[in-house]
Amino acid sequence: MNTDQVRVVVTGLGATTPLGGDVASSWSALLAGQSGVRNLTEDWVDSVPVKFAATAAVDPTEVLPRPEARRLDRAEQFALVAAREAWAHAAIEKVDPERLGVVVGSGIGGITTVLAAYDTFKERGWQRLSPFTVPMLMPNGPAGWIGIELGARAGVHATVSACATGAESIGYGIEMIRSGRADVVVAGGTEAAIHPLNIGSFAAMRAMSTRNDAPQLASRPWDKSRDGFVLGEGAGIVVLESEEHARARGAKVYAVAAGVGYSADAHHIAQPDPTGAGIVLAMRRALENSGLTGADIKHINAHSTSTPAGDVVETLAINEVIGDHPLVTSTKSMTGHLLGGAGGIESVFTILALHERIAPATTNIEELDEGVAVEIVRDKPRALPDGQIAAINNSFGFGGHDVAVAFTSV
Amino acid sequence: MALTEQEILAGIGKIINEITGIPASEVSPEKSFVDDLDIDSLSMVEIAVAAQDEFGVEIPDEQLKNLKTVKDVINFIQN
Repeated sequence: MNTDQVRVVVTGLGATTPLGGDVASSWSALLAGQSGVRNLTEDWVDSVPVKFAATAAVDPTEVLPRPEARRLDRAEQFALVAAREAWAHAAIEKVDPERLGVVVGSGIGGITTVLAAYDTFKERGWQRLSPFTVPMLMPNGPAGWIGIELGARAGVHATVSACATGAESIGYGIEMIRSGRADVVVAGGTEAAIHPLNIGSFAAMRAMSTRNDAPQLASRPWDKSRDGFVLGEGAGIVVLESEEHARARGAKVYAVAAGVGYSADAHHIAQPDPTGAGIVLAMRRALENSGLTGADIKHINAHSTSTPAGDVVETLAINEVIGDHPLVTSTKSMTGHLLGGAGGIESVFTILALHERIAPATTNIEELDEGVAVEIVRDKPRALPDGQIAAINNSFGFGGHDVAVAFTSV
Repeated sequence: MALTEQEILAGIGKIINEITGIPASEVSPEKSFVDDLDIDSLSMVEIAVAAQDEFGVEIPDEQLKNLKTVKDVINFIQN
């Protein structure tokens, strides 16, 4: 229980997603049920069995100055764009640098840099490698750049847990503030992994949808005919702040970052535990850590990615821990799966859902899988109730990582 | 055919602008890379490699350390 702990609030949001280059455009496209999935036109598309992806709506190189963009991996570009939006949104004029932290990770790191640099190395030699190759490929690069820009000296961290990365980062940020290490933490996840090697590798696992004739219908969590996830890219970042710090400066508060639950499946490196025991444990711990009960939870932004194996078991776990009352959605039906960025953007969406009292819909469900054990928001967004309400963002990752972050309304 | 100082300066200005965003007009011979233009050692490596492509003159690492100003680079390329 956390009654004697520091309360952590959310005072800033930033995102660049397949639906929009910032939070406002992403959120309005999400509520409108738009799809961020596009046909790939690169010349390598013939070499992979998946011809589509949820590419970023706004290319970060169009937003960032050229000299800056050329020394950043694409995942770092997304992270900086989203972090700048979140920081501006929080409008913090003054913070002790030693009390300001950063926790931003990615699932895969600078893989497009690695592969392009290796081509350069083979074709033209080491002398032609950019001296920024290492800072571009290292998975803590996004956190490092944000920390330098903001002058954050409380600690700059990069958690890595595949598709749970963004949520784990936000959980770690909550804990940094609660444990007294920081007053403000910029936290979230980023990913830029749309590359033929990744698509080929995920396809080799049979994890991706190959619905090439209807890409925008391909990400269809809980639909009976779902056939895999759709790869997305982008970043989602939140500014977490101790309630005391936020109140002292009269900050606008979007939600309370109430707590986090972690667990691990200890089952299989890439397949979900069919019993859902790890998911159950993570959500149970999120409730305990937040001082909430299942009845408080009115909305869940689910992890469900549109894979045959994972979607139904998450709903069984939700039913077991929370009940069948929350309005459950998977925004991946519209954004695709941002891997390490997923928990970042989906926490942003969860916070906005509480703040605006509306749960986005899951698109593309034609026939609900009969195993689904909770109420799914379908076709159109649904209103969330007034009063004090809570929501959970679930994120799970290869390796068996389970993370549930709980937020409450203000 | 040897390039004039002006031609080399223009080429260096273009390279520095491309790599750092500093306007080429600010790249004048007396400017120090570190003190005036705030260019770090990693960017200097990029500039040296680009200069090699542009002017066909290799700048070895041990020489690069001694090139403190834009004029130093111009002289190195000319000689």
